[in-house]
Amino acid sequence: MPAAVAQLSRVAVFLQEHGDSAELAQAGDGGGLAAYAWLIPVVPMVVAFLILFFGKYSPWKGWGMATAALGFVAVYGTVLAVANLRDGIVAEFSVNVGDIGTFAIEWGWVVDGLSILMFFLVGVVGLLVFVYANAYMKGDARYTWFFASFTLFAGGMLVLVSAPNFIQLIVGWELVGVSSYLLIGHYWEDMDNIDAANKAFMTNKVADAALFIGAIIMSLSAGSFQFSEIFTRMIEGQTTLGQFGFWAGLAIFIGAMGKSAQFPFHVWLPDAMAGPTPVSALMHAATMVTAGVYLIARLFPFYQLPEFSGSVSTIIVIIGAITLLSMGLLAIVQDDIKRVLAYSTVSQLGYMVAALGVGAYTAGLFHLFTHAFFKALLFLGAGSIIHAVHSNNMSDMGGLRKYMPATFWTFLVGTAALVGIFPFAGFWSKDEIISSAFFNATNNPEFAVWFMVVLSILGAFITAFYMARVVSLTFFGTYLGDAKPHESPAVMVVPMVALAVGAATAGLLNIPGLTEVVTDWVTTRAFPIVEHHFAQPEYFLIAIVTPVVLLGLFIGWRLFGPSSELHYTGTGGEAVDVSAPQRKVAVERDTFRIPVLYPVLENKYYIDDLYMNGLVRPTMGPIADATLWVDMNVVDAVPNLGAGVARYAAAAVAVIDDNAVDGFYNVTGATTGATGSFLRQLFPGRVQQYVALSFAGVVIFAALFVIF
Amino acid sequence: MQELFDSGWGLSLIVFLPLVGALVLALIPRRFEAGIKWTALVTTGVTLVLAGIMVSLFDFSATQEFQFGVDVEWIETINANFHIAVDGISLPLVVLSTLIMFLSVIYSWDHWPEPHNPKLLMVLAMVLATGMVGTFLALDLILFFVFFEVVLLPMYFMIGIWGDTGIRKVPVVNWEIEMRLYASIKFFLFTLAGSAFMLLGFLALYFASGDHGERTFDILELTALGTAGAFVGTFAFWVFAAIFAGFAVKVPMWPLHTWLPDAHTAAPTIGSVILAAVLLKLGTYGFIRIAIPILPDEARNWAWFIGVLAVIGIIYGSLACLAQTDVKRLIAYSSVGHMGFIMLGVATLTTIGINAAIIGMVAHGLITGLLFFLAGSMAHRYHTREMPRMGGQMTLMPQMGVLLGLAAMASLGLPALAGFWGEFMSLLASFNPLPGLSNSLFRTLMVIASVGTVLTAGYMLWMLRSINFGKPSGEWVSAQLKDVGTYEWIAWAPLVILIIAIGLYPKIVFGATNDAVINLVASAFGGG
Repeated sequence: MPAAVAQLSRVAVFLQEHGDSAELAQAGDGGGLAAYAWLIPVVPMVVAFLILFFGKYSPWKGWGMATAALGFVAVYGTVLAVANLRDGIVAEFSVNVGDIGTFAIEWGWVVDGLSILMFFLVGVVGLLVFVYANAYMKGDARYTWFFASFTLFAGGMLVLVSAPNFIQLIVGWELVGVSSYLLIGHYWEDMDNIDAANKAFMTNKVADAALFIGAIIMSLSAGSFQFSEIFTRMIEGQTTLGQFGFWAGLAIFIGAMGKSAQFPFHVWLPDAMAGPTPVSALMHAATMVTAGVYLIARLFPFYQLPEFSGSVSTIIVIIGAITLLSMGLLAIVQDDIKRVLAYSTVSQLGYMVAALGVGAYTAGLFHLFTHAFFKALLFLGAGSIIHAVHSNNMSDMGGLRKYMPATFWTFLVGTAALVGIFPFAGFWSKDEIISSAFFNATNNPEFAVWFMVVLSILGAFITAFYMARVVSLTFFGTYLGDAKPHESPAVMVVPMVALAVGAATAGLLNIPGLTEVVTDWVTTRAFPIVEHHFAQPEYFLIAIVTPVVLLGLFIGWRLFGPSSELHYTGTGGEAVDVSAPQRKVAVERDTFRIPVLYPVLENKYYIDDLYMNGLVRPTMGPIADATLWVDMNVVDAVPNLGAGVARYAAAAVAVIDDNAVDGFYNVTGATTGATGSFLRQLFPGRVQQYVALSFAGVVIFAALFVIF
Repeated sequence: MQELFDSGWGLSLIVFLPLVGALVLALIPRRFEAGIKWTALVTTGVTLVLAGIMVSLFDFSATQEFQFGVDVEWIETINANFHIAVDGISLPLVVLSTLIMFLSVIYSWDHWPEPHNPKLLMVLAMVLATGMVGTFLALDLILFFVFFEVVLLPMYFMIGIWGDTGIRKVPVVNWEIEMRLYASIKFFLFTLAGSAFMLLGFLALYFASGDHGERTFDILELTALGTAGAFVGTFAFWVFAAIFAGFAVKVPMWPLHTWLPDAHTAAPTIGSVILAAVLLKLGTYGFIRIAIPILPDEARNWAWFIGVLAVIGIIYGSLACLAQTDVKRLIAYSSVGHMGFIMLGVATLTTIGINAAIIGMVAHGLITGLLFFLAGSMAHRYHTREMPRMGGQMTLMPQMGVLLGLAAMASLGLPALAGFWGEFMSLLASFNPLPGLSNSLFRTLMVIASVGTVLTAGYMLWMLRSINFGKPSGEWVSAQLKDVGTYEWIAWAPLVILIIAIGLYPKIVFGATNDAVINLVASAFGGG
């Protein structure tokens, strides 16, 4: 297994052409640390199967093994991250597992800044979520099964992010898809959950079909499945990609849209909240859904230059921008706290996607990095609340600040990080995205980029607004639930505190002109990343965005906070006794009831309905039924009619047989005439003989041919 | 052992040992069941071991060469020889056939279909084994034809005797006829009609070869002639058409597939398994071994047609699956779709496409074999095949549920499982078909076929939803269904292991096929 390290010299020409804007990392090969990095995906994979078979008999029923595996990844990932920041690591290893034509099928692992980022996130956030799940899942009927599937996810995700080629990427891609399916459907007694799981799988499968096509076009054009080989050929101008670059880029982006739930493929993610909350935190917020962003980042050497990918990046920007705003708006009208966070996740993924589209590679990944901490934290907080009040609905919550102080304070940190309050994590990463977009817009005034700038700022407002609403409705006002709320046990609180520390400080790692740790981290790639670096924070953008965020928080707080009358009045404005049974009506406090807009938002822009009634139901109903009908009545009509004719012919023969042949035999006194009864047996009911006869006929026919 | 195989006796043993077993079985009294079971088990077991030895002795550095061959005079007057040998293309299929037979016998250990007659069932199975392996190894058209036809009768009896006794309403002609009768006759007549054309094609080749020397049925000699351009023009067109008819029925290709759902659904479990896992591959194998190498120019002319039918089969089969409520029928229709992917790979006439087809054949054999085993065992327990009546299997029989889930995922082409390679690689091949074929047509086919992958996922998830999930209804909770039994585990574990192993390490198949296919395509189409 040769280490195909950094084709540094091969891209020299490329660097000259693009001047100093392309920065090529000076990196080592990571030595043994990189050479043994295959353990990172393999250990969780193996452990997942060990848990499946032996988990029940192990200490902690599988949780121990799972957490140990994640702990291993966390430690290895951290060590690699440190080594990468110190020396830089760019290494790639492949093992051949078969050849098809001239194409080599290989499993391997890439160790560079980008993959190390994902190792680190999956390991560290994963470990914390697994620890939390110990208590959260306690008493679950399928505790061991849960950890087997969850560890399978971690393994699949690591297979994905360590992939040096399209085939392995697709393997990891679908493995996380399957584990997502299993975990969304974890409570499989309830068919709604299975429907949610199927929706997730099928939405992704549609996008995956596009990903397959894109991967096929790119691989064929370069004669290899390997990313580094494809990029090298591309830079050297040796691919047959040509005008297919656009289509390949678009198809792959559609694949990314599925996994990262971009508009209009977002429909599965909110429903995916049917899974246990730790799953929502790790898979459907922090890591799995970022796979699409990761994919664009992995292929960034291709996407960054229009001479390869055409105008795909414009499409990426527009999709990301639409997603970040439209999904943020949907978060406003949700009652289920996890759904709010789900739409928020989609919206934040929109920021990342748009950032990569606009060429802000580091900014997009930086946001991925900070988002992993604060969104996992918010989900764990939501899980802690759900654990306490036995409901997902904010209309069953309220006033929890007093009962769950640790959850409250950590949730508040997560909120500050998400909406982008100085100096919490999201402030820095979102600012970098908006700054990059603005820089691009001023230097290369294109509609798409300005579109993104405006929508990003509006998105920041919306984010602040819905988070103010969530915090108000859950932690302030009066408690409206049935169960007696209580703070969660330490094993749940400790991971939340740890994530809160990350959510508070992760942003400090990449202050323009000051720290820039993440920039160094993620640009350590074999291929140059062309992007703009800021020498200092863009103060005037901060001066615009921060007031916008504060305004959003203020309005949200005014509308939904304790001073609002909403807590005590129904939708019609009448006073309601909160202890009365009709309190549910009262706290449909979603009094963000702008006429036209509200029904549109509540019905999710009718997109789910469109898919269901325009695509799924017709296919599974009339179209499938019609196909089957045609099969039975049209395609099969020819042989059936043929058989019918044969049957009547046989009947006719039998009649002749009965009246003539039998008569002849009877006349001649022959008993049980061989021919007579033989022919009579042609009549249906004795069809076996009929067929045997035809076979004999063919054999004789063949024999005659053979002999003469 | 080396000598046994070098002398050619090894392969002959693999082919005829089951037939010997059948003769021995015929001599064992019917009531002596243990003897019957053990004879069948030992016969198929030894055959499988011999196949394993064949693999271990096989020279993988020369997979394009025919190894361990025998070529002796058989019917002198027509210059038909007993010529069998194995190369990289037939090797995986021979192993697949012997394995499936062995597992079917194990499965039968405590699953005898009614009417109870282990002796006859095993005799028929042994004859089937000889026919199937013989077809894959034959290098003489007459020999190939004989083996191809030998398969027919035992399967016909299997379906006719042990098949579903329910009533099949036949539309159009308004019959009501016993399912097993209808299905078995339909199976027989369809295949027979196809074979008759195929035989005509073979004979035409035989006579035409006389123009270039002594008349021959030898596949290798005919391939050499065909490659040299001996068979062209209208003659070749009609010969290809005749051979196409025979193989297309067997595959089956749309619209000649309607025998398949009936036969698979009606057949007893091991019948369905053998039918799906091996018999269908006789058709695709025929395309790769006979039709393409001997008539390369015609293969080029017919490629678009085959590709279009294949893709129609993919979409049509998948849609028909979505309308099913009978689990066995659903799996049966799924074969129409999967064989469509295989034929799409074949139609591209490229090394990648044909490799994809072969690994697709092996994977489909393992996966659909497992699915039919599972369907049989479930029907045995539930006494129904209606999916809407089932539900909650993950609670009732978790092991069965997990296996069904795995098999369904493998069937929908999940990467890292065996089914992925055939599907993905035939899509890959369709983007760049053989030079000279229409790129735009095949690229369109690729896009449509990839819609098929989505539909495939749709019906497989639908099946899992109906069978595995939800709360089990009271009738099943009180029925105390028994989870996967010992014999079932023994019969299925090798399939599960191979599905995962080929998924992770496709060299298991590509290692044998790649050079052979490269050579085949190069000699037929010059480098292609």
